Amino acid sequence: MSLTPDDVKRIARLARIETSDAEAQATQVQLNSIFGLIAAMQAVDTRDIAPMAHAQEVTQRLRDDVVTETDRHAAFQTIAPAVENGLYLVPKVIE
Amino acid sequence: MKWETVIGLEVHTQLATKSKIFSGSSTAFGAAPNTQASAVDIALPGVLPVLNKGAVECAIRFGLAIGANLNRVNVFDRKNYFYPDLPKGYQISQLAKPIVEGGALKIIVPSTGSGQSEERVIHLTRAHLEEDAGKSLHEDFHGMTGIDLNRAGTPLLEIVSEPEMRSSAEAVAYARALHALVTWIGICDGNMQEGSFRVDANVSVRPVGQTEFGTRREIKNLNSFRFLQQAIDYEVRWQIETLEDGGRVTQATVLFDPDTGETRMMRSKEEAHDYRYFPDPDLLPVRLDEDWIAAVRATLPELPAAMQARFQRDYGVSAYDATVLTGSRALADYFEAAAKACGQGKLAANWVMGELSAALNKAELDIAQSPVSSAQLGALIARIQDGTLSGKLARQVFEGLWEGAGEVDAIIEARGLRQMSDSGELEKIVDDVLAANPKSVEEFRAGKEKAFNALVGQVMKASRGKANPAQVNDLLKAKLQ
Repeated sequence: MSLTPDDVKRIARLARIETSDAEAQATQVQLNSIFGLIAAMQAVDTRDIAPMAHAQEVTQRLRDDVVTETDRHAAFQTIAPAVENGLYLVPKVIE
Repeated sequence: MKWETVIGLEVHTQLATKSKIFSGSSTAFGAAPNTQASAVDIALPGVLPVLNKGAVECAIRFGLAIGANLNRVNVFDRKNYFYPDLPKGYQISQLAKPIVEGGALKIIVPSTGSGQSEERVIHLTRAHLEEDAGKSLHEDFHGMTGIDLNRAGTPLLEIVSEPEMRSSAEAVAYARALHALVTWIGICDGNMQEGSFRVDANVSVRPVGQTEFGTRREIKNLNSFRFLQQAIDYEVRWQIETLEDGGRVTQATVLFDPDTGETRMMRSKEEAHDYRYFPDPDLLPVRLDEDWIAAVRATLPELPAAMQARFQRDYGVSAYDATVLTGSRALADYFEAAAKACGQGKLAANWVMGELSAALNKAELDIAQSPVSSAQLGALIARIQDGTLSGKLARQVFEGLWEGAGEVDAIIEARGLRQMSDSGELEKIVDDVLAANPKSVEEFRAGKEKAFNALVGQVMKASRGKANPAQVNDLLKAKLQ
């Protein structure tokens, strides 16, 4: 399997990374070399092995349903670029 | 060409936990912006999610209630997309191994016109746990968008049905049954205005007889049963017209505009997100052990389907009435208390679904806010049963109860609403009426049945509604022999 320049552009767009054609070409070469490693792993026969969701054989610990957090929005919002009426302001987005 | 509609629903139910699914922030509705958004909810670097046991328990309750398979090991995945109200850049959800798979829900589709109401079983595909996103406020903030992350991380159970519904009426019946169930088992407050129960409808049409599905469009975020019905009806008409005009339906996500009653395209499949799901490395697989499941099962109340069967058996009500009466736990409890108080199930059902529901609707009150208690309604029905009240007088007593004028017997006495039981008194009225209406008497004797009803009416009027109609009938017949 190998990636085309279009694939690289599409992945970049999904990750909101602006890429020039030259960068896309360079990245394409690097990503394709990673596929060599993936191809080697995919050559292993895993037919009777159930996929793991996590590298460790342990299960999730659960938290009791209790409110433990307090209002810290003033502290959190000191690092926000723009705030009004307690809201974070971001460039206009309309879906 | 005849067309068949195919509908599947995805319902997002907000779970009634105190805290969020992965943090200890409050989920209370209506707080000032961002005052219930912790470091985890706003995705500061280095934070880790810790799963809320209460949210998992809600999902177990639901799975048990619909007879589904509970995946003893289930897994959280990341669903990746960019949007300002999703600070992590991904939503934690479940894809390959959801907590609940399968199960079914019985629905009753109301009759249309003269037809019978119809019982159907709708199968569920799955239900999975996930977190809600924040809210984007597009009012004008100097050309910017305001973000409130209070809702971010609120636990949701997304419930997905099989595409088994064939009309908007069936889709609404299913959504209502699901709404009744999730509120019944206490996992969701069911408040649709506040977004606690949001419906997405996948709609397609195909020629009758065709086995493959047509291309579907998904109507997003319907927050009332009326909008669900209107949106599907519009969408079905639009798809059929498009196809009959030689056009094609392309897969898309659409929004319903309640003002115009139309659906419009939000995004087509070509622009659809590629979510790049993968198991969330921050969360381990969740294991449900048998003891926990058994303990949750022990806390489940009698479920609507079981209660419907019992109401039909014990109180002799119809299948449809039983469904209406189990529309909510409060309504079911009210009906059962009233039925027990008077020992007249069918009559109690008629009063609860008739007079009481009409009065509540008119006053825009919920059953829990009813000014007439179930004990009072039961006492009223007992007075109909023992002959003290006719149906008409009972409605007057009901009005008294509604106004808070006191208990049933006190209202009957105070307002003189007792049905006439003294046959001597009634006989005098009948004699007077016969003497005053010789023409009707003559007509009746000449074979006009209508004249008899006129005489009954005159007697009832003369008794000011207090005569027992059955007694009046008997007495008049005897006198006219």
